[in-house]
Amino acid sequence: MEDRLIKFKQALLDVDRVTARELINAGYNAHDPSQIIEQLIVPALEDIGTLWEHADASLSQVYMSARICEDLIDTVLPSSSPNPTGQTLVAIALLDDYHALGKIIVYSSLRASGIDVQDLGRMTVEELVRQVVDQDIKILLISVLMLPSALKIKELKKQLLRENSAVRIVVGGAPFRFDKQLWQEVGADAMGNNSADAIKVAHKMITEMS
Amino acid sequence: MNNLPEMTSLQRVLKTLSHKEPDRVPLFLFLSLHGAKELGLSIKEYFSRAEHVVEGQLILREKYRTDCICSFFYAAIEVEAWGGEVVYSADGPPNSGAPFIRHFEDIKNLSVPDIQNTPCLSKVLTATRQLKEIVKDEAPIIGVVVSPFSLPVMQMGFPQYFTLMYDEPSLFEHLMAINEEFCVAWANAQLEAGATAICYFDPVSSTTVIPRQKYLSTGFKVAKKTISRINGPTATHFASGNCLPIINDIVQTGTAAVGTSSLEDLHALKTACNQKLTIIGNLNGVEMRRWSTDEAERKVIEALGKAASGGGFILSDNHGEIPWQVPDHVLMAISDAVHKWGNYPIELP
Repeated sequence: MEDRLIKFKQALLDVDRVTARELINAGYNAHDPSQIIEQLIVPALEDIGTLWEHADASLSQVYMSARICEDLIDTVLPSSSPNPTGQTLVAIALLDDYHALGKIIVYSSLRASGIDVQDLGRMTVEELVRQVVDQDIKILLISVLMLPSALKIKELKKQLLRENSAVRIVVGGAPFRFDKQLWQEVGADAMGNNSADAIKVAHKMITEMS
Repeated sequence: MNNLPEMTSLQRVLKTLSHKEPDRVPLFLFLSLHGAKELGLSIKEYFSRAEHVVEGQLILREKYRTDCICSFFYAAIEVEAWGGEVVYSADGPPNSGAPFIRHFEDIKNLSVPDIQNTPCLSKVLTATRQLKEIVKDEAPIIGVVVSPFSLPVMQMGFPQYFTLMYDEPSLFEHLMAINEEFCVAWANAQLEAGATAICYFDPVSSTTVIPRQKYLSTGFKVAKKTISRINGPTATHFASGNCLPIINDIVQTGTAAVGTSSLEDLHALKTACNQKLTIIGNLNGVEMRRWSTDEAERKVIEALGKAASGGGFILSDNHGEIPWQVPDHVLMAISDAVHKWGNYPIELP
């Protein structure tokens, strides 16, 4: 499996869909389809996220890898969309920000790692508070590119506390990478530097809640 | 302290661009938004008239003793020129709204906006002309263009653009050709209006965004072709993106300077750029928000220690635009520090 993982990761970095699919097909086990997620897709996406963090991969490779994996999950393993989240409702949103790339990368990576994520799209603070409260969302991931959007999370947190929401907020995006204290300043519960972090943090929170 | 007579800002910048030590390290504070604060206007009001930007830039230059004037309004002005939406914010740069290229096929129907007859661009040209009339040759006026390779992020959104880049090579080339015509015309119009140099804003070419191999077959070729058609000096800015692995490639594009990220080591950048590219950077604009005056001074000293020796260095932020939230006292502390410690030969505490 180790050799296949290296080849799969390289296929993703090369944006080589054909080889990636072949490797998935070769490792497919009809009795335990989720094995392919745990042993190939999740570690490959985590490694690529970490490579980006260390400037050894680029955003385009992270994005294309996540999208390829999401497609593979949808088409090669249609029956293997386990919902390990149980009662936990995980959602992702953009906060007053049109820059969707980070959100799509995290959304695709989480789905490819077997987590059901609801994509709330682009929302204002008020709209997001309403969604979190009405749907009793437990984990909210917020992706931003612009600093003013990041700073709005402070107001979001304030309004959520006023509504007695216990949602856990995970933030990510450029402003948080350039200022390592910013996530705490805005009142988030965790910060992800990359999609690998998002996968780890989300799985950890889900485990803690179960 | 050296014995050189004090230079004008333009002389200082030209000397450092020739990789020699001027009287002092030049300071570029890209304060495109802060002029609104100085005039007590909202950001939207501020950018509604060329005269506001002229006044704002002159006030800011006097206040912080910077070595350049920036005629840049906001990046999204270029999509506004193409008919795209601009979203204003009370505390940040105007942003591009929903992408106006919704389907790949739309690319075939695009036509290049006429620079002189596009009101938002005319406003920038008017501001540039007025600034030139006042500043003359005392300080460089920096115009800005978004590179043909990076503009599609605002034209169609990042995700769609990546897909285009990887999966639709012929439409990608078509878009590059159209954008190149616009970029060259826009840059040359600013130079004709009085800009001294053009900042070629190209974050997508950064290795943070695409791997070097992809850059060589895309952004690099586009930059080389476009920059050769711009009738004045250029500086390439990666807007906080990394560029160390492609420094030697950037040199080949014909640009004179490079805007660098705070996430890359300035000493390593200086070594790589030595005598080939002037470094513009790399104070962390996001962190700057909460610096104390002492911290600001320390950061300036640290940057000077790593990159000032031998010239080829302009102290600036890492993004090419200082956030609205950065307080005046921090900007003043940065300016004071470069005026105190940035004199050649550099002697640091």
